[in-house]
Amino acid sequence: MSPLALVFLIAALALIGWVTARARALRFRAGTTQRFSSLPQHHGWFVVLCTLLPPLLFLAVWHFTSPALVTDAVLATPGAAQLPPPGFDRAAVLSEARRLAEGSGYGAFHPLSEVLAPAYAAAQARFDWIATAAALLLAFAGGAFAFLQVRPAFSARTQVERVIMGLLLGASLIAILTTIGIVASLLLESARFFRIVPIGDFLLGTHWSPQVIDARDPGASLGAVPLFWGTFFIGAIIAMAVAIPLGLLSAIYLTQYARHTTRRWMKPLLEILAGVPTVVYGYFAALTVAPAVRDLGVAIGVRWASSESALAAGVVMGVMIIPFVSSMADDSLSAVPDAMRDGSLAMGATPSETIKKVLVPAALPGVVGGVLLAVSRAIGETMIVVMAASGVATLTLNPFASTTTVTKQIVDLLTGEAEFDSAKTLAAFALGLTLFVITLLLNVVALIVVRRYRESYE
Amino acid sequence: MNSAPPPPAAPARTPTDWRSPAMQRRIRHRYAAERRFRWLGLGAVSLSAAFLVFLLATMIAQGANGFLETRIALPIDLRAAKVDVPPARLAGPGADLALAGAGLEGAVDAAANAAFPRAGGAALLSDGAWLRVRDAVKRDPSLLSRATTIDVPVATDIDVAMKGDGTPEAEGVVTALRARLSRGLNLSFFSGADATDPTRAGIWGALKGSLFTMLVTLALAFPVGVLSALYLEEYAPRNRWTDLIEVSINNLAAVPSIIFGLLGLAVFLNTFHMPRSAAVVGGLTLALMTMPVIVIAGRNAIKGVPPSIRDAARGLGASPIQVVFHHVLPLALPGILTGTIIGMARALGETAPLLMIGMRAFIAAPPDKLTDPATALPVQIFLWSDEVAKGFVEKTSAAIIVLLAFLLAMNGIAIYLRNRFETRW
Repeated sequence: MSPLALVFLIAALALIGWVTARARALRFRAGTTQRFSSLPQHHGWFVVLCTLLPPLLFLAVWHFTSPALVTDAVLATPGAAQLPPPGFDRAAVLSEARRLAEGSGYGAFHPLSEVLAPAYAAAQARFDWIATAAALLLAFAGGAFAFLQVRPAFSARTQVERVIMGLLLGASLIAILTTIGIVASLLLESARFFRIVPIGDFLLGTHWSPQVIDARDPGASLGAVPLFWGTFFIGAIIAMAVAIPLGLLSAIYLTQYARHTTRRWMKPLLEILAGVPTVVYGYFAALTVAPAVRDLGVAIGVRWASSESALAAGVVMGVMIIPFVSSMADDSLSAVPDAMRDGSLAMGATPSETIKKVLVPAALPGVVGGVLLAVSRAIGETMIVVMAASGVATLTLNPFASTTTVTKQIVDLLTGEAEFDSAKTLAAFALGLTLFVITLLLNVVALIVVRRYRESYE
Repeated sequence: MNSAPPPPAAPARTPTDWRSPAMQRRIRHRYAAERRFRWLGLGAVSLSAAFLVFLLATMIAQGANGFLETRIALPIDLRAAKVDVPPARLAGPGADLALAGAGLEGAVDAAANAAFPRAGGAALLSDGAWLRVRDAVKRDPSLLSRATTIDVPVATDIDVAMKGDGTPEAEGVVTALRARLSRGLNLSFFSGADATDPTRAGIWGALKGSLFTMLVTLALAFPVGVLSALYLEEYAPRNRWTDLIEVSINNLAAVPSIIFGLLGLAVFLNTFHMPRSAAVVGGLTLALMTMPVIVIAGRNAIKGVPPSIRDAARGLGASPIQVVFHHVLPLALPGILTGTIIGMARALGETAPLLMIGMRAFIAAPPDKLTDPATALPVQIFLWSDEVAKGFVEKTSAAIIVLLAFLLAMNGIAIYLRNRFETRW
């Protein structure tokens, strides 16, 4: 029986359970004025839960244990005696036999796998039947047990609500699981990387060329300082040089000067900038901005003007960040108490003097927090730099020269044709870990700054 | 009742003479600074808006041509080419195979060679030209037994030249054949999948991949996000564990998307051995990324439901679960849905995590199952942007227009929902 059919069958059993349990509960409620703790459908749902949960749990566990059981059964057959000793060959023959048995193989390389395939198919069929029978039995037993519980005094509602609460708690734990998953996968792979490459070489080395890794001294060509500099240069300097003035001034104009109708139209318009997918910005940067920047560089006499310059990627990234800075600045400007602004205006200051000398200083912590968040977003941004920045790591201050970033290198390292355990692919995880730690720190600092500032006015 | 002693005589003060030239100059300067600052602000807003307009205008100008194709009127006589398929087979599902087997592609090439011997013959036609003849024959089987003229798409260099950006020799061909060339809507762009020939490349494969990915994302992220928002907002006790959950959700919302790609690669592909390039893995990865967005939006919406609703329900004897599921959740749902759609729009435009889990392969057939190798619309844009062939530039921009249209529609729906259903208490 296919897994889907099995699940449908169990669901059908659950449905029958719901209807009968509800009918039974309705019957004992009929004709009395007695009050009950549970509604009839609570009894129904209780039966459904008892029918569904045990077999589904069983099938989930079975899904992970049965391949090993099937393999053991195959190994016990006489054909398995000729198998090579445990190791790569043995695993290859076994997996080929399994593919043949499932009908997804395209012919056998190992003659032995053809011998083992029928054994595999037989064992698989046998275990499938065991699983089906066990699951149905569990469903039936669970349902029957629950059905017998349907009595006036039984509080099905408490039981059902307990399960729902468990579900709610479980859902919110997934966030923690994801965090643990991220940290664990990054840490484990990075640990393997740092066993090959000393951590000092990685964090302090200034030479990055993962295409040619010397097997004797892999650390010599995996120094990430040029990547860190490139990331900082593009994301924190060039992009912010565009985003901070434009974002801040836009926020000031829209909150302090613009008429209400202008504000109502312009604010969503600017937010479209944040909604454009990054791959579109990347394409725009590579196709339109980068050639223009190179021509500009050539025109003003820069000798190494690259068509994959830091400037092109940084400027486009800055444009992407404008609405982010602008809305953070907007929030913190509106949080400044009106009394401060009114006081300043009453003393005869012009609106611009009020903004420059009263509002902005008062809103500064919020603005700084917003800028830190913007930086964290900019250095984690991938597609713009993948499409517009170069893959060559150079330590340079020249915005027209090519630079590369951490995210660009992660993509380059992992989308190549390398096997998974090489220093090259593991380096991507070490870079990912660095990126994760830095963005985390920026976010935490930004939140602390913003929170401390909020307290002072409320 | 003595009055206070009279204050000491103040030093003689001259009131500020606002009309003095010095003061007038100062005021002029201050007002000029005021105007300058104001113009600066207006300039910043206009510049940002100009960027947006320029970006969109560039994409539309380049992409509009991507929806068009150039066709050439090809005189063809299938009788002479001995393409002979019994009419009964033309009606059935095996018609495509039967026509291909009867040598239709060769017949089309031969017809082109005969009709345009000097202009390049079969090289004039797109790789997919014979498919157009095939479809015409399926519609009208009598074409097999008479000479006719069929409009078929031309090769990419001629197409590019027709749109005004080609090589000199292709331009020459275009001027020579002007009378036979025509433009039309490229329907195969909406129905095809990726191809090496830009005139055959279409977005349906990528769109379907995106659709599958989004389905998985929605099916996972929405229930989990809503349930955990309900738990955190309504039931969670204030303790260290709840704080931990909250901190990790807020952090996940700010983690760069590529990190989620690394997670998907390490956990789903390398640990659980899920299929590479599959929509289901892409959906799982994006679900982890979207879930925090939904939780945060959901909590804000739930917070907006006034406590009096809860108190009234409790007062009538509802259990905590009933209070939330019968009253709070329905009232908060518009807000939650708005947040969900915005989160889904973000996931739809996301590229980097999908690259990490291998959804960047060349896939020439739309996926049929969640586990089939697939690609997604933004990834398709990225792949096409890397292509050297000139015809792909307009295809890339056209795909971008389609993606932006989808995002605009989703955001529009979100705004509509917010305005229509959200109650201000």
